Amino acid sequence: MTIFEKSVSGRKAYELPEYDVEEIKCNIPDHLIRKEKPMLPEVSEVDVVRHYTDLASKNYSVDRGFYPLGSCTMKYNPKINEDMAALFTNLHPFQPRETITGAVKLMGHLKDLLCEITGTDDMTLQPAAGAHGELTGLLVARAYFEDKGELEKRRKVLVPDSAHGTNPASAAMAGFDVVELKSGEDGCVNLEELKAHLDDSVAVIMLTNPNTLGLFEKDILKIAQMAHEVGALLYYDGANLNAIMGRTRPGDIGFDIVHLNLHKTFSTPHGMGGPGSGPIGVKKHLAPYLPYPVLRKTNNGYDLDYNLPKSIGMVRSFYGNFLVMVKAYTYILTMGNKGLKHVSDMAVLNANYLRVKLSKLYKIGYDRICMHEFVIDNEDFVKKTGVKTLDIAKRLLDYGLHAPTVYFPLIVHEALMIEPTETESKMTLDKFIEAMEKINEEAQSNPEVVKKAPHTTPIRRLDDVTATKSPIFRFKK
Amino acid sequence: MHRYIPHTEEEIRQMLKEIGVDSIDDLFIDVPKTIEGYKIPEGKDEFTVRKMVEKLAKENTVFEPENVFIGAGVYYHYIPTVVKHMASNPNFVTAYTPYQAEVSQGTLQMLFEYQTMMCELTGMEVSNSSMYDGASAFAESLLMATRISGKTKMLVAQTINPEYRTVAKTYTKPQGIEITEISYDESGKINLEELKKNINDEIAAVAVAYTNFFGVIEDLKAIRDVVPQNVVFIVVAEPVSLALLEAPGKFGADIVVGEGQSLGVTPNLGGPGIGFFTTLEKHVRKMPGRIIGETKDLEGRKGYVMILQTREQHIRREKATSNICSNQAYIALINALYLSTMGPQGLKEVAWRSYNNAHVLAQMLEERGFKRVFSGEFFNEFVIKVPDNYRTKWHEMAKEGILGPIPLDRVYKSLGPSALVCATEVNNKNSMAKLVEVMSK
Repeated sequence: MTIFEKSVSGRKAYELPEYDVEEIKCNIPDHLIRKEKPMLPEVSEVDVVRHYTDLASKNYSVDRGFYPLGSCTMKYNPKINEDMAALFTNLHPFQPRETITGAVKLMGHLKDLLCEITGTDDMTLQPAAGAHGELTGLLVARAYFEDKGELEKRRKVLVPDSAHGTNPASAAMAGFDVVELKSGEDGCVNLEELKAHLDDSVAVIMLTNPNTLGLFEKDILKIAQMAHEVGALLYYDGANLNAIMGRTRPGDIGFDIVHLNLHKTFSTPHGMGGPGSGPIGVKKHLAPYLPYPVLRKTNNGYDLDYNLPKSIGMVRSFYGNFLVMVKAYTYILTMGNKGLKHVSDMAVLNANYLRVKLSKLYKIGYDRICMHEFVIDNEDFVKKTGVKTLDIAKRLLDYGLHAPTVYFPLIVHEALMIEPTETESKMTLDKFIEAMEKINEEAQSNPEVVKKAPHTTPIRRLDDVTATKSPIFRFKK
Repeated sequence: MHRYIPHTEEEIRQMLKEIGVDSIDDLFIDVPKTIEGYKIPEGKDEFTVRKMVEKLAKENTVFEPENVFIGAGVYYHYIPTVVKHMASNPNFVTAYTPYQAEVSQGTLQMLFEYQTMMCELTGMEVSNSSMYDGASAFAESLLMATRISGKTKMLVAQTINPEYRTVAKTYTKPQGIEITEISYDESGKINLEELKKNINDEIAAVAVAYTNFFGVIEDLKAIRDVVPQNVVFIVVAEPVSLALLEAPGKFGADIVVGEGQSLGVTPNLGGPGIGFFTTLEKHVRKMPGRIIGETKDLEGRKGYVMILQTREQHIRREKATSNICSNQAYIALINALYLSTMGPQGLKEVAWRSYNNAHVLAQMLEERGFKRVFSGEFFNEFVIKVPDNYRTKWHEMAKEGILGPIPLDRVYKSLGPSALVCATEVNNKNSMAKLVEVMSK
């Protein structure tokens, strides 16, 4: 039942303080005064509490259990991060600079830490999400080439066919033509294919490394060299940084622009889809083009530099999703140097353990040592059993687990993309393996139970075809 | 061992054995090792970390809300306790995007209800489930206007929040969109004559703010009358004001966007807030962002799913209506909680008290010789002329615990020394009197 159906005219859940200001006559012209009150809920406080508690109970979450969504890095979100963010909620972005010294210092520290972690020279914390960071990074590239007088000829952004959908979408928004690179047989960038597309019409090559198959681009140093030889820039999609911390840095292996997802690698919660935070680190030659303000170290703290004549401008208001930054900062203080390396070590260990154990029953796409995630290729399984990848995903829900990412990356046709993250124990992984084994057996002995799954969730499979064909966008009385 | 990472030495050994490698390093053979660790401090226990972050927090000044007279896009309002408590449920906080609808009905229904509330406030037919902030929502509305009209020339009121216009420029430049800014008249409203003169067949959209950055209530009827029907009419709205003001949808708006921070969200140094984005059904396929719709499950029970996903980047890639993926869903929850708690009556009281306080404060300031810059009727903000040394005074006021009206001289240079005064329901008789006293000194 929606909250609107629980509404009773005249009921209320709020109480404002007694009003001590004399009331004047309303001077708003009559035609600009609202005639009909908006249909908002009229409920009591306990109604609010029960409605939202009930809604929350219908959600799966990291705090409930295993959430192996590939490329999403659904690690545990530490509680102290939330407490620390709560210390900064009552600051107005236009407060005088001297009254937000601590907040600016925190952003400055965070920037320095993230520059060190990514191997970049300068950074903006302004982008609100990963895709927003991509757009920002590509606009920086655009401004750089414009400044060099090369924008006219550099029209292309090369994107592997295994890339996240945001990569080509961001490139298009930044005004570039997207050229898709066909992956090689080993799932990585094919150097011949790259060579065929690489000339001075290319502005940027966007790579996720490790890529969405969970494979590290082993030719990355060669790729960087090839890119730079034709004057193109190399862009690092940071969705998968959780695999390589403490061993290598994108900036060290040739990347010019690096985006991070603080809501993935740096443990800030996903909040049902956001807020995230997508800082962009760049090498020195791109620093003049970053959005303003840029944080600058001073003798006794940090300052905000608005004087960037070559800047792309701003990509959102104020400083970005500041509270998300506080959480990520808290996490980095907690983990520290060795801790972050341990994160990646255990994330990769977990993924390989799952891969090897599951390979006994399922076909692994590109089956070799993987990084923090891997992909099951279900094509043969679907042909043999009639049970679809989606069915397996839905059946996992019945076992009290969240499903992996399905049907992505697009280059594996019936893909199940699994990223366990480092915060899951062997016990949890074994439980997942057991569920996958059971489903495998059910698919042979009783396929219907899998095809009709889920059976135990608050609701069964939903008709999303009708939902899009004859859309209902809102509640109506 | 770390408290967030559960592996024991014994388990690591067992797992390596299963994988068939000797060491963790063997799993990283493809990765060129470029560092021997980061040059960052080692990790610390939670009690030490807490102290470190608390120390930074203490270096900031937190103003008593009643002493805050700054708005300019971010507002202090009373936030009922229940909002924070319900929003902190970990099944909301730590859930991902609702890709598996059967175990995300809480998220999906909440967002469906949020969309309904935003439609009600704006008078529009469809709302998406959020954008990053008001500025990027405005920028995306211009991109959408180009998709609707096939044209690239925009007329944008100078009275729209300066940061929104800056962000819009960043977003629209690569698409070859040309923005012409329309100035304001002595009432503080958009200059209708200038708007009329600039309208021609090449114009894709006209964008105004309601209420505008100066706090002035634009006459949407008068504006719509000069904007031809085939030109996309974009309104940047302040959602609290909409409890008192007629919904933009009633004046023929095609797209209504804005910042939702004022609906129950703390100021957060400006982020996270939330961009809301609403439109008409006829435009929905051109709309950016996630949309939730109602449907049924295979047993006929009502449920909710993400709809019209073929607009989005994960399906349409470079042809998507936007690259947006992560949004501000958690803030949409806070908006929905706030609106559920306040209801139509509560929101109206908040809007009225904000309006009334601002008008009483304006009177008090005028009695002390401060002149209002614009004659137009305002909601809860207004611009006054201030002495040349006001900026210095503004910093001094902060030392006395008053977050005074923000100086405007840097963003609207032509106004000369002036300040934007804001009042909401959290200000009271005493705090307003104190402000006037300090400002008059």
